[in-house]
Amino acid sequence: MAQDAAQGVTGRGFGRPGEVPGWVGFALLPLLNLLAALVLSGLVILVIGENPLDVLALLVTEAVGYPEAIGYTLYYTTSYIFTGLAVAIAFHCGLFNIGGEGQAYLGGLGAGLVGLALTGWPWPVAALGAVALSALFGAVWGAVPGWLQARRGSHIVITTIMFNFIAAAIMTYLLVDVLIRPGSQSPETREFDPGVWLPTMDRALGWFGVAIPASPLNLSFLWALACCALFYLFLWRTRWGYEIRTVGRNERAAVYAGISPARNIILAMAISGALAGFVGVNEIMGVQHRILLNFTGGVGFVGIAVALMGRNHPVGIVLAALLFGVLAQGGGQVSFEYPTVNRELVMVIQGLVILFAGALENLFKPRVEALFRRRAGGTAHG
Amino acid sequence: MGDALHVALLLADATVRVATPLVLAAFAALYSERAGVVDIGLEGKMLAGAFFAAAVASSTGNPWLGLGAAVAASVALALVHGFACITHKGNQVVSGMAINILVAGLAPTLAYAWFRQGGQTPLLPGEARLPQIHLPGVEALSGIPLLGPVYRELIDDANVLIWLTVLLVVATHWVFTRSRFGLRLRAVGENPSAVDTAGLSVTRLRYQAVIITGVLTGIAGAYLSTAHGAGFVRDMTAGKGYLALAALIFGKWRPWPTLFACLLFAFTDAVQVRLQGVPLPVVGVIPVQFIQMLPYVLTVLLLAGFVGRAVAPRASGVPYVKER
Repeated sequence: MAQDAAQGVTGRGFGRPGEVPGWVGFALLPLLNLLAALVLSGLVILVIGENPLDVLALLVTEAVGYPEAIGYTLYYTTSYIFTGLAVAIAFHCGLFNIGGEGQAYLGGLGAGLVGLALTGWPWPVAALGAVALSALFGAVWGAVPGWLQARRGSHIVITTIMFNFIAAAIMTYLLVDVLIRPGSQSPETREFDPGVWLPTMDRALGWFGVAIPASPLNLSFLWALACCALFYLFLWRTRWGYEIRTVGRNERAAVYAGISPARNIILAMAISGALAGFVGVNEIMGVQHRILLNFTGGVGFVGIAVALMGRNHPVGIVLAALLFGVLAQGGGQVSFEYPTVNRELVMVIQGLVILFAGALENLFKPRVEALFRRRAGGTAHG
Repeated sequence: MGDALHVALLLADATVRVATPLVLAAFAALYSERAGVVDIGLEGKMLAGAFFAAAVASSTGNPWLGLGAAVAASVALALVHGFACITHKGNQVVSGMAINILVAGLAPTLAYAWFRQGGQTPLLPGEARLPQIHLPGVEALSGIPLLGPVYRELIDDANVLIWLTVLLVVATHWVFTRSRFGLRLRAVGENPSAVDTAGLSVTRLRYQAVIITGVLTGIAGAYLSTAHGAGFVRDMTAGKGYLALAALIFGKWRPWPTLFACLLFAFTDAVQVRLQGVPLPVVGVIPVQFIQMLPYVLTVLLLAGFVGRAVAPRASGVPYVKER
């Protein structure tokens, strides 16, 4: 009897409200936000005079409809996983790293210098060297704004944006005046020795007798997945990760617990920069095989969307990176088919996803959660 | 002597012209940030303003309609920012970034569909651009040393928006130090619950602030495409929104120091243009890229506390929750 009465009270909304199932937070709400972003993107497509459903159908077909397309999609996904993880680890420390673009750019420089230097070496050595040097370059480019934030109090958002511009200027200088292939007109280095190229996935799988169509997808995809696992272990299973998350949650509490916020801010930004720097391994060692201008093409900014959609968790980040990989690959192909649509449409969709998944995350949340609370309360009562 | 004066005047003239959109954007952010709403979406709002000003001016031939469209578009984006940050208490930096990325894609997409010229608007003819104001007495004063050339090069034939910006600076100073509205805005950025207790709506005040931000960034965008330039090209804001924000922080969220910071950045830019390819004593010719990154390096150095610590409005970036 007493038990029934207690349940009755819960049901009428006096005591504890009904529980909201976990999947609402990490699956239903992101999907609703994504849907809202897609509906608005559809409106934009309608405004420029095309049928949104046709465009969407073509986009999906061109991204996942046949094996070669999947290879391209996963190649984009690889870079987005790196930048997504980069933004996420900074978020866990309470920092907003908009500098992924510059960090990736310099990471590419690091990877490229290894590629230029190690002519004649076996590719595993070059791959390890590229991973190490791209991480180092990216880490420095992330740690300096981190240091400025931690020790000098300059706002990390502004500093990282400025570092993007500075990185672009440095890279242009290096490519135009220093590293340019002698006699060449376009600002890019010579092609690396084919022996040090990071093997593409079709070649790597070929060693095991598995045949897949050729695409830019390369071994750095596996490194990206490994980084996801390392990211999880580091943040949730080590002391360092715990300290970073503590600083992100409550800096003052961290100080009282004997954790130095400054040290962790610099560490988190260095790791963030290193992760973004790995984009260089994928792009420069895996695909372009030379250093060239603007090879990053906005991956740092997409990383923000990926981290927001993926709720800063590696599993979510992989899924979100896949989504943006589909958008990048499919969107590129759509622009070939439709004369009125150009590649920038992908940026529109990205912007809307960031808006709905990030800034407007509370748009549906209270209503949806209230719905579940009421339903949960109702069943307890019945 | 005359030569030096001429160079100085050219530099000053270039500084004023480059500073105008920076000042407009930085003062736009001043309203929003003093009210406690961080806005890194200046870049996007300016770009939207630049596109709609050029597109409408090109279609109708009337730059004033273009200016109106720019302001409308920019205010619409400001309201999106307000809806996300004030009404739904979203992350203000994320919202601003979303607006920047959205517009960076949307402007060329619309330009492409509208004009079919590779994401640009057609070059605007003279009458579709915002006019310059010709002042009387240039000839009469030209004989006077110093004053004559200054009047002719610097003050005469300045664009109408430059004059508007001058008015804006003075007006903003007055608003923030003398007017009831300005004091309330400042209060809402420092201690919103006190404002709430006094019976004023925090939401309303913050929305008013972001709308002013929208109006000013719209004008800044229109300046870029219909006054300074003659048409919209993609990414034509080129980081000016971020520089304006840096100028605001450097100016410690106060009108006059912010104006000074904008002029400093603009001056660096004007010098930068003149330094390109010119051999300097000791160092020789500096590569153009290093000169181009001067404003950005300057920003980093200045923000690194070489000018003293900048303290943001206390409630800046924090959504107001009526009851915790």
